[in-house]
Amino acid sequence: MTRLPLEKKVLSENDRLAARLRERFQERQVFCLNLISSPGAGKTSLLECTLERLSPNERVALLTGDIQTDNDAKRLARFGFPVKQITTGGTCHLDARMIERALADWPLESLEMLLIENVGNLVCPSSYDLGEAAKVVVLSVAEGEDKPLKYPAIFFKAELLALNKIDLLPYVSFDLEKARAYARQVHPGMEIIELSCKTGAGVDDWMEWLARRRESARAEKALPSGKA
Amino acid sequence: MHELSIANSILEAVRKERERLNGARITKVGLRIGELAGVDPDALSFGFEVLVKDTELAPLALEIEFISRRHECSHCRHVFTVVDYRLDCPACGSMETRCIGGDELELAYLEVEES
Repeated sequence: MTRLPLEKKVLSENDRLAARLRERFQERQVFCLNLISSPGAGKTSLLECTLERLSPNERVALLTGDIQTDNDAKRLARFGFPVKQITTGGTCHLDARMIERALADWPLESLEMLLIENVGNLVCPSSYDLGEAAKVVVLSVAEGEDKPLKYPAIFFKAELLALNKIDLLPYVSFDLEKARAYARQVHPGMEIIELSCKTGAGVDDWMEWLARRRESARAEKALPSGKA
Repeated sequence: MHELSIANSILEAVRKERERLNGARITKVGLRIGELAGVDPDALSFGFEVLVKDTELAPLALEIEFISRRHECSHCRHVFTVVDYRLDCPACGSMETRCIGGDELELAYLEVEES
């Protein structure tokens, strides 16, 4: 028996495609975000809030992933921005190939921002790089405050935690302080925004974060050294 | 849930290596999974067993090494394993430490029968 060292990433094929997408996004100056949460935490609502506040002249497009139905695409289409539904037909996450396929007939030159709504799932999407500039994790206060400790991978990899449905705080036993502490235990210095897509509270903070993050991505592009 | 597609990616990688090794008989594949990788070793082993049987690669064993999260202290450079989310440096007490490992999802090695 001989043991041969391999030292190869299991998802190297996905990583390769994601790197190619990231390069294309950077070349074409498209800012790409990957939104991840459990089902029902409010990814689509957050996107609705966002689209409502963006100027119609902004060149924004959306990809939304679900196992079945195009309900989310229908909800998002009414804002007039191009939306495409990716129906995975059973797969619990989006991967880079699905994004590449979905973008095949969309000219990237015509875009400034691409918002990707992943399949509702806190586990699997965290393993698949989609070429995005940043991942955002959405957690609602209707879930438990210990989610960051239970699903550390996504809270570690996401830049921002959007804590949604804070209008429900009086009715649920969600400990906001603990949620913040747990998130930062997993991811020291993690940015956290508390908001309610229903009442609009905190949505301005989110829009500000988005603007700031787009700006910093633009500045990064100006530097020749691309980050992995 | 995605453990099955990860198991499939492992098999694809093993197939490629087998070709490169001119069809050598591969008996075991070694995998490294970090605690931040978001992959469940039991679910992965189960998915792997199901996928590999009845293929030309069977019997093929999967050995998984689970890797803990590791941090390095920005002050004293001490490297330590994170237990119970304690991120402060156990050597000097500094809170400024950074993650240097624990999200691995890597094929570490293959065991090949000598011909």
